[in-house]
Amino acid sequence: MKSKTLILAAAAGLAAGAPLLAQAGPKEDLKAFREYYMKRFPGVPLDEFANGVYAIDAGMRAEWEQMEEFPPYELGLDIGKAEFYKKFKNGKSLADCFPDAEKGIKQNYPYWDPKRKEVITLELAINECRKANGEKPYKWKKGKLAAVSAYIGYLSRGKRINVVVPEDDPDALAWYERGKRFFYAKRGQLNFSCADCHVANPGRRIRANLLSPALGQVTHFPAYRKKWEAKGSGALAGFGTIQRRYTGCNKQVRAKPFKAQSVEYRSLEYFHTYMSNGLPINAPGVRM
Amino acid sequence: MRKAATLITTAVSAATLLGSLALTSDPAVAAEKKKALSVVEQGKQIAFNRKKGNCLACHQIAGGTLPGNIGPPLVAMKQRFPSKQALREQIWDATKRNPNTSMPPFGRHKILTEDEIDKVVEFIWTL
Repeated sequence: MKSKTLILAAAAGLAAGAPLLAQAGPKEDLKAFREYYMKRFPGVPLDEFANGVYAIDAGMRAEWEQMEEFPPYELGLDIGKAEFYKKFKNGKSLADCFPDAEKGIKQNYPYWDPKRKEVITLELAINECRKANGEKPYKWKKGKLAAVSAYIGYLSRGKRINVVVPEDDPDALAWYERGKRFFYAKRGQLNFSCADCHVANPGRRIRANLLSPALGQVTHFPAYRKKWEAKGSGALAGFGTIQRRYTGCNKQVRAKPFKAQSVEYRSLEYFHTYMSNGLPINAPGVRM
Repeated sequence: MRKAATLITTAVSAATLLGSLALTSDPAVAAEKKKALSVVEQGKQIAFNRKKGNCLACHQIAGGTLPGNIGPPLVAMKQRFPSKQALREQIWDATKRNPNTSMPPFGRHKILTEDEIDKVVEFIWTL
């Protein structure tokens, strides 16, 4: 008899809890996400999280600031700028597809397109513009695409991320939820989720590498990484999009990476960027 | 089946022997060196190898450089684990005790072979 009562009480508790869970939408997620980091790193102001690990490690920050005095991405950014204004065969240019770029637009990407019922990233929009104008799309994740996107990011510096998840649109919510699941799900032979490193362990080290907080990671992408620079050649070698970084992270945990601009990575980018809403764009950021 | 396996083993030992012959002028010395490597030392090599255990990625271990600090330092293991078997189970699949752990399930996901795990356990147990 007693055990029956307990079960009933538990069921009632579940019933009471379930609607609450269902109500926890993107806005509640964002609030909890932000508060978690503010508590974890007391004294670090919200905007500082846009600087990644350099917000939480004074020694590395000094080194980084020195690097920023002669930014290694400057030459590549000029190439990105030239690509942005370069005339297509039809006389138009990327600049015609993004008329507000000079005012700053990066903060609005990725966005939900209600007609197409999918999430559109800045890189996808750039390549779709090229295709629509009869030009060959750029190769994904690095090179010219990353440089143009980094240039658009550069023009958007200081603008605050403003990704919108329309909460009355179940399709948009489904993309958001898919991205959230990706972020928290363990994957790969090594069994790591994004959250294992960047929510549970930011500020700690994997070997000599300091793990960055997930809050603010997207602000400085496309980024310029010394690691990528060393692997390639030329002024564009160091550039990579956020999805290039996802690919690298997935490989590191021995998971098969998804294709660039796949539904999986676009969903992840949607959730991941939404979690940094309100933080200032500072792309391209120099990282190790 | 068993015969094939024996043949392969023989082939492998022959190759190993040939390999060591090629590498050193005195095969006797090389063989001696190999024998001298105790199970504990072999376990240490597997534990420190980045492509194998890579334990230093997260744990401080005496004798290892640039350790990470996601997991606790590996010290006083005999106080922390009631038995070698309990330690082995933790390495084989740490998610059993804590589903949210960051520690990879070395046995369950076949990151290391059973034999490699045995050797790593022998090494970690000495810490």
